[in-house]
Amino acid sequence: MWINMGPQHPMTHGLWNLRVKVDGETIVDAQPEVGYLHRGIEKLCEGKTYPQIIPLADRLCYGSSLTWSHLYCMAVEDLMNVEVPERAEYIRVLTIEMQRIVSHLMWLAAYAGDLGLGVGFVYTMREREVFLDLFQALTGARITYNFPRIGGVAHDLPPNFERDTLRAISYFEGRLKEYEDLFEGSKIFMMRNVGVGILKKEDAINMGVTGPTLRASGVSYDLRKDRPYSVYEEMNFNVVTHKDCDCYARYRVRMDEMWESCQIMKQALKKMPKGKVRIVSPRNAPVGTGLARVEDPRGEGMMYIVGDGTDKPYRVKIRSPIFVTVSAAPKILIGYKVADVVAIMGGLDMCIGETDR
Amino acid sequence: MKDRGDQSAGQALAFHSKDFLKWCDEVLEGILRRSPVGSGLDYITKDFFNWATRNSLYFLHFGIMCCALEMAVASAPRFDQQRFGIIPRSSPRQCDVLLVNGPVSKKLKPVLRRLYDQMPEPKWVIAMGECAISGGPFYNSYSVVPGVDQFIPVDIYIPGCPARPEALIDGFLKLQVMIKENRKGLLTGK
Repeated sequence: MWINMGPQHPMTHGLWNLRVKVDGETIVDAQPEVGYLHRGIEKLCEGKTYPQIIPLADRLCYGSSLTWSHLYCMAVEDLMNVEVPERAEYIRVLTIEMQRIVSHLMWLAAYAGDLGLGVGFVYTMREREVFLDLFQALTGARITYNFPRIGGVAHDLPPNFERDTLRAISYFEGRLKEYEDLFEGSKIFMMRNVGVGILKKEDAINMGVTGPTLRASGVSYDLRKDRPYSVYEEMNFNVVTHKDCDCYARYRVRMDEMWESCQIMKQALKKMPKGKVRIVSPRNAPVGTGLARVEDPRGEGMMYIVGDGTDKPYRVKIRSPIFVTVSAAPKILIGYKVADVVAIMGGLDMCIGETDR
Repeated sequence: MKDRGDQSAGQALAFHSKDFLKWCDEVLEGILRRSPVGSGLDYITKDFFNWATRNSLYFLHFGIMCCALEMAVASAPRFDQQRFGIIPRSSPRQCDVLLVNGPVSKKLKPVLRRLYDQMPEPKWVIAMGECAISGGPFYNSYSVVPGVDQFIPVDIYIPGCPARPEALIDGFLKLQVMIKENRKGLLTGK
């Protein structure tokens, strides 16, 4: 029997449809179906000038919008051969890591709500507001920031931003320990996580899965370490991996990544030089191609831009991490019960905005 | 297997659900709706039922894009829209309000129309964010319907990209005012 879970289903967290074939209660086959949120962003980009695309790139992934506009700006800088001022790079790293925490907190809130831990939703959303306040002070927006620019960032940090950020980090680091007690002390949470949704190392590599899902399968692969962009070379942090390959490992990796992000933010604030935050970028791009890869909170994001000498791109190609991860869903789901679907798919941190483009 | 004789005998004895609905229609139509009894009952209950309706607006838990995050945040501690009786429900059959919070692609259009049709009367629709109002930044895309009001009647429009949680709560409060102003009796519809 085929069961349609979606497009309107509390499990989906976005707009997609998971068809599972069940034998009794055991899943024997699964088919993810995406495309309900296809907006044709790649095509829309061809009709806009280079700076006009930054807000569109923001709306690619609403969970971590700053990562995507930063990725777009990096790709265009590669195409135009623009050197970004060092202070702007530090501000970018600071904001990206803050965005990673916000994105993981959103995931944790949704995951806790899914697994019947309503108090987890309330706590994580409360701490998310602390970082959203910082983003509001910096950019004026809560979700779609439109902050990176081609050749830097929009403006410098507001007054007292450094003090507020350090205060928020020290507050959050204490809360992170509280979450661990809350989640791992819950017997239901552990029963629904440990040993559920195993994705073996070989399968994860073969199917092209990236991000925390890959690192939870025991592969130490993080673009921030393996192919450093921006100023990640100068940051001292660990790549978090876990060898258990199950939902608990994915939860653990994300929790530890939030901790590592706090450390990176502290170092970025400490090492931040003074100077310009933005340079004037050329209006027209040369004939050629630009490529950028970043470690999104969900995996490896890539943008490939072809310029044809005008002020509009000829082609923009977006590589989405979750589009690849969701294609591995049948491999993870088969053999488990229908009730495990919520834990398994919730643990993958779906974001349909960048999947459907 | 029953034969024809048994069926007719069974039908003569039984009081089927269709018979019950017919009886309801006849009694309610004949006695309550068209007579002074109906308007009298409406006069007594109208204000009370309206108060209950506007203070328990259950909306469909259906996230589309960025505004869905703000919808979730509005239920979280800082904004806490549950204090106004605004609670998400996962089934369209338990909902009063359809909250459209993102661009409606051509693939999604029949699904959304079906969700709207599955909701019981009385129902209202809120278009949250620019995408639902007019297509927003994707207004000229080949796959996005420019505005949800092209195929669903919309009551409240909340601008913003994405609309803030305060704006969402304000939209719900405006919907409450609208429901209060257009109050009608359940039986006579007046």
